[in-house]
Amino acid sequence: MAFSNDTRKLFTNEIEKIKDDGLYKEKRFICSEQDAEIEVEYPEGAAHKRVLNFCANNYLGLSSHPDVIQAAHEGLDTRGYGMSSVRFICGTQDIHRELQDKVSVFLGMEDTLLFPSCMDANSGVFEAILGQDDVIIADRLIHASLVDGIRLCSAEYDTFKHMNMKHLRKKLELHQNKRTRLVVTDGVFSMDGDLAPLDEMVALCNEYDAMLLVDDSHASGFIGKTGRGTHEHFDVIDGIDLITTTFGKGLGGASGGCVSGRSELIELCRQKARPYLFSNSLAPPIVCGSIKVIDLISKSTERRDKLEWNTKYFREKMEEAGLNMRPGETPIVPVMLYNAKLANDMARDMYAEGIYVIGFCFPVVPAGKARIRVQLSAAHEKVHLDKCVEAFKKIGAKYGILGMDKKEIIAKYGN
Amino acid sequence: MEEMKKIVLEYIVDEYLDEDDEDEVSFDSPLISSGIVDSFSMVSLKIFIENKYSIKLSDEEATPEAFDTVNSICDLVNKYVG
Repeated sequence: MAFSNDTRKLFTNEIEKIKDDGLYKEKRFICSEQDAEIEVEYPEGAAHKRVLNFCANNYLGLSSHPDVIQAAHEGLDTRGYGMSSVRFICGTQDIHRELQDKVSVFLGMEDTLLFPSCMDANSGVFEAILGQDDVIIADRLIHASLVDGIRLCSAEYDTFKHMNMKHLRKKLELHQNKRTRLVVTDGVFSMDGDLAPLDEMVALCNEYDAMLLVDDSHASGFIGKTGRGTHEHFDVIDGIDLITTTFGKGLGGASGGCVSGRSELIELCRQKARPYLFSNSLAPPIVCGSIKVIDLISKSTERRDKLEWNTKYFREKMEEAGLNMRPGETPIVPVMLYNAKLANDMARDMYAEGIYVIGFCFPVVPAGKARIRVQLSAAHEKVHLDKCVEAFKKIGAKYGILGMDKKEIIAKYGN
Repeated sequence: MEEMKKIVLEYIVDEYLDEDDEDEVSFDSPLISSGIVDSFSMVSLKIFIENKYSIKLSDEEATPEAFDTVNSICDLVNKYVG
C-alpha cells in the first residue's frame, strides 16, 4: 500500500503539531443562507444555534439579496451552469465581457480581466507583467495571496514598513536602477482595517517613476463616497495602475476576482497570467449575479451609506463600553486583546452569547497582537449592533479588560 | 566580526522596528521565530547583506533558520568574507 502506516503517522504528527501550536482551524457549518443572523452547527454534531454573524465579508449584505439571487437564476437559465473551458478556448460568453466592462467603469479603470478568484488574480498578475529586471516593493502586511504571487514572479522584491511612507521613499530610491518599479499594497488591510494612504503613495510613485497596484478586496463597493474603493476615498482614481479585487466579499460574496487597470497591463495578463490561462471561466450564475451587484451599487449608495452609519455607531458604542480597538473608519473593527488565549477564550464566550466572532493570533497577525476581528455589514440592524456591544460588555467584564489600555491588558494576561 | 554584528544589528533595528517599539534586539535575539522579521520581509535583510558585503546568497543558504539571529547571519556571511 502506497499510504503505509508510517506515511499516515507522518501526516498525523503534522496535524497534531498544528493543534499543539494552537493553530488548528475547527470545522463550523452554516445551515442557513449567509446573512446577519445565521444558523450554525458548532462544534460538529451539536444542535443548530441561531447566532448573529459578525465575521463575514458580507459588507454590503448582498450575499442573499433577492435581486442578486434572481439574476443568478436567470444566468443559470439562459447561459447554463458552467463553461467546461478556460476563457481563451471556448469559455468567454457575452456576459463575461459585460461584467468586465461594468467593472472597468465602476472602478474607473481602462480595462478588466476576470479570474476564478482574487487569489488567482494576485497569483498571476506579477508574473504576467514583470521580469527579472524589475522590482516589486510591497507593504509588509499585504494579503497572503499577493505574497504568493510575488514569490512566483522572477522580479526582485523588497518590502517597506506597514504604511510608512518615509520607508517606502527610501526603498524607491534604493531601486532606481531597475527597469520598472511596482509598489504593492492592500487598499484596506484585512486584519487591522486601516486604509493605505494612497494619495501619498501615488505622489511617491510619480516622483520615483513607479507603478502602483492596490488589492481593494476589503474596499470595493463601499469605501469612498460612491463605493468605488480606497482610490476614490483618497481622490486618486487616475493615479492607480492596477487594482485587484474580489466578487467574494462586498460585491455579492459568491466567488471570482479580477485585475483592472492600464489596458496594456490587462492585455499582458490576458496573454500570460497562468491562473487565467489554466483555470475554468467564472460560472454564468456568478457572472450574472455580479453584474446585478454592480448595477445595484452603481444606482444607489444606500447600502454603503448604511454600512458607514453602522460602522460609526458600533465603534462609538464599543469605545464607550471601554473595549480597546484599533482606531479607524472601516467596517473591520479589531478588538485588541494581545494575548492569543484571551482572544480565543473571549471569542468562544461571545459565541455562547449568540455572537459569532473569531479570535486571530500569530502567525495570521503579528506575534503579541492577538485580537477579535469584528466585521460589520449593511445587513446588520441597530438591534444587532446593540446586542453585539452588550455581549462584548458582558464578556469584557468577565475578563476584567473594560477600560484597559494595551499596557494594562498585557500586564494582566501577557502577550 | 564584532563590527559586522553591530552593522547588521543596527540595520535590523532601523529596518524592522518602529520608533515606539519596545522590543530590544541583541546579537542572539530570535528574529524570525519571534515575529520581528517574517519570512516575507526577510528579503530586505538579505538584499542589505548582499549589497553591503558584495556577496550573493542562494535560497538554500538564506533560510529562516540561518537568518534567525544576528550571530547566525554573521556566521553565514563570514563563510564568504571571513
